[in-house]
Amino acid sequence: MSTALSWSRWSGIIIKEFIQLKRDRLTFGMIIGIPIMQLILFGYAINSDPKHLPTAVLDADHSLYGRSLLQGLKNSEYFRIDREIATEAEAGDLLAHGTVQFVVTIPPDFEKKLLRGERPALLIEADATDPNATGNALAAVAGVVRTALARDLKGTPSAASPASDPVDVRLHRSYNPEGITSYNIVPGLLGTILTMTMILMTGLAMTRERERGTFENLLATPARPLEVMTGKIVPYILIGLIQVTLLLGAALLVFRVPMMGSVLLLYLSVSLFIAANLTLGITFSSIARNQLQAMQMTFFFFLPSILLSGFMFPFRGMPEWAQWVGTVLPLTHFLRLVRGIMLKGNTFVELWPNIWPIGLFMLAVIGLGLGVYRKTLD
Amino acid sequence: MSGMDRDLAINVTGLNKYFGPKHVVCDLSLQVKHGEIFGFLGPNGSGKTTSIRLLCGLLKPDSGSGTCLGYDIIRETSSIKREVGYMTQRFSLWEDLTISENLEFIARMYGMKDRRPLIDQALEKLGLTSRRDQLAGALSGGWKQRLSLAACMLHKPKLLLLDEPTAGVDPKARRDFWEEIHQLAADGITVLVSTHYMDEAERCHRLAYLAYGHLLVSGTSQEVVDSQALAGYEVTGPDLAQYARTLHGLPGVDQITAFGTTLHVVGRHAAELERTAASKRAEGPHEWKQIRPGLEDIFIGLMETAKDNYT
Repeated sequence: MSTALSWSRWSGIIIKEFIQLKRDRLTFGMIIGIPIMQLILFGYAINSDPKHLPTAVLDADHSLYGRSLLQGLKNSEYFRIDREIATEAEAGDLLAHGTVQFVVTIPPDFEKKLLRGERPALLIEADATDPNATGNALAAVAGVVRTALARDLKGTPSAASPASDPVDVRLHRSYNPEGITSYNIVPGLLGTILTMTMILMTGLAMTRERERGTFENLLATPARPLEVMTGKIVPYILIGLIQVTLLLGAALLVFRVPMMGSVLLLYLSVSLFIAANLTLGITFSSIARNQLQAMQMTFFFFLPSILLSGFMFPFRGMPEWAQWVGTVLPLTHFLRLVRGIMLKGNTFVELWPNIWPIGLFMLAVIGLGLGVYRKTLD
Repeated sequence: MSGMDRDLAINVTGLNKYFGPKHVVCDLSLQVKHGEIFGFLGPNGSGKTTSIRLLCGLLKPDSGSGTCLGYDIIRETSSIKREVGYMTQRFSLWEDLTISENLEFIARMYGMKDRRPLIDQALEKLGLTSRRDQLAGALSGGWKQRLSLAACMLHKPKLLLLDEPTAGVDPKARRDFWEEIHQLAADGITVLVSTHYMDEAERCHRLAYLAYGHLLVSGTSQEVVDSQALAGYEVTGPDLAQYARTLHGLPGVDQITAFGTTLHVVGRHAAELERTAASKRAEGPHEWKQIRPGLEDIFIGLMETAKDNYT
């Protein structure tokens, strides 16, 4: 009889499991929260066909045809013409900073050549670090140009030769001319892997002390919160730097991702990013009551980080609220830093707009963490 | 520092601590002299651990004030932490560090210089020199407790707060432990120790009994026993369990405790109990022998009274 399965024992285990689940509010919250968060993020925020991408226009012709052409691009909904610029240097700057996704250049004599049927050039430069962000827009350009000009060109020599397009559309994919996705994914992975491991490792560090009862011993010593928090972070900074070196080596040697910028600058950015993640991990572990909760918090942070940072889906494809959320996340800025350094060869000045937000995030988290760290056992 | 504070290692008055709606420590006033071994007794959940944590700055009292080693227990907790050794109820050193790594870490936390010789000394005294590279988690209960004591003694504290240090430790190790406590007290270190064991209570210079957050009585064990003025009888004879049932509710009988082959019958009204004893003795066949109630009888009695007063 003793080997027979017992209904009463089995149901007893199920009931006990439910009772314990009910007691653990955070786990219960996660069971409800994660599906809802995923639904909102996947359902509303993610858009793999990004539209309304910021575009700068260098119009050297100021002609009617140029204007209809720009209007056509606008009507395609892929391009949002934000600014008019006067020089090519400006165009380069805007792309390097990542302020605009595209620069459309209409050369002088565009109208004249067009009317003569000489197929003037229309140059569209794209920031192609993330090929997903620009792919659809660039694919749409040729069609857009043809239809935009078709009406205006009726009866002109250009229209007479339907075999070829009236305009020679030159697409220039800057920073990633072949549109290789691994150029974008591999540096991005650097950020996501660091986010995951750094937050998790430190998240467990403090809760482990609390779970094992060693925290009380630590509190009874004269150790100060800042000493404990920062002291617990440093070893993981080293681990993070080792991870980065391994990943970077693989990126350069196996995936042949170019390294256009300064390695030193990259490591500085990485260190800042690691530090930001670690402070968050430590803060999580001060809030969480056990290791399981710390892991859940990590996951709860990791999910939006991976989805809203521009790693999985183009940042500019998301609705504005999602972009705001993304802007707070350090991974968003770190991805721009890594792509900027490796693919664009950005310098410190160009990187600064994405450096200070990480620093600010870190300071805010340290403030929160010190507030939460309980020096007493209350 | 007033003159009185100089003689007292611990001097607190009116400490209160709430956990949510629960009043865990009620108006605790406590004076412990330098070099004294002070015992903290009381049932589980009586507020012993909380009181100890209030004394060493791990918890902040909701009201009340006082000093520990002359430092204010609210404002000067970091000074207190530096001069107090606190041994937690549960083993709280790092099980995944070796014995010597644990001591090294604690020494660093107290900012000690010349750690090596001090740690070697501590290991030598513990008799753990040959096992210094063993993980602390691999030690047996008795050794863990000795290691904990060594760790909280490392920075040469003036006051030791020991929270049930001998729980789950065998009698031989307990005896050795108490020998060491007395050694330390002889060296001028003040020791406040909580315990459930009556034999340990009797080894303290003075003791206090807590129940439901209230300090019910304090003094030397003699004073504590005298203060309660209990009368007691030791009853022997056949079928004691059955016999005990017949005694319940008889005049003068407040508590009946079974001790193996004897019953302790204790009461607050000596005369009434004496009459009951006389009539029972006449009935036979049980023998009633008058005894002086011990600490255990006193504490069980106190707990019963406290239950009526505070719950």
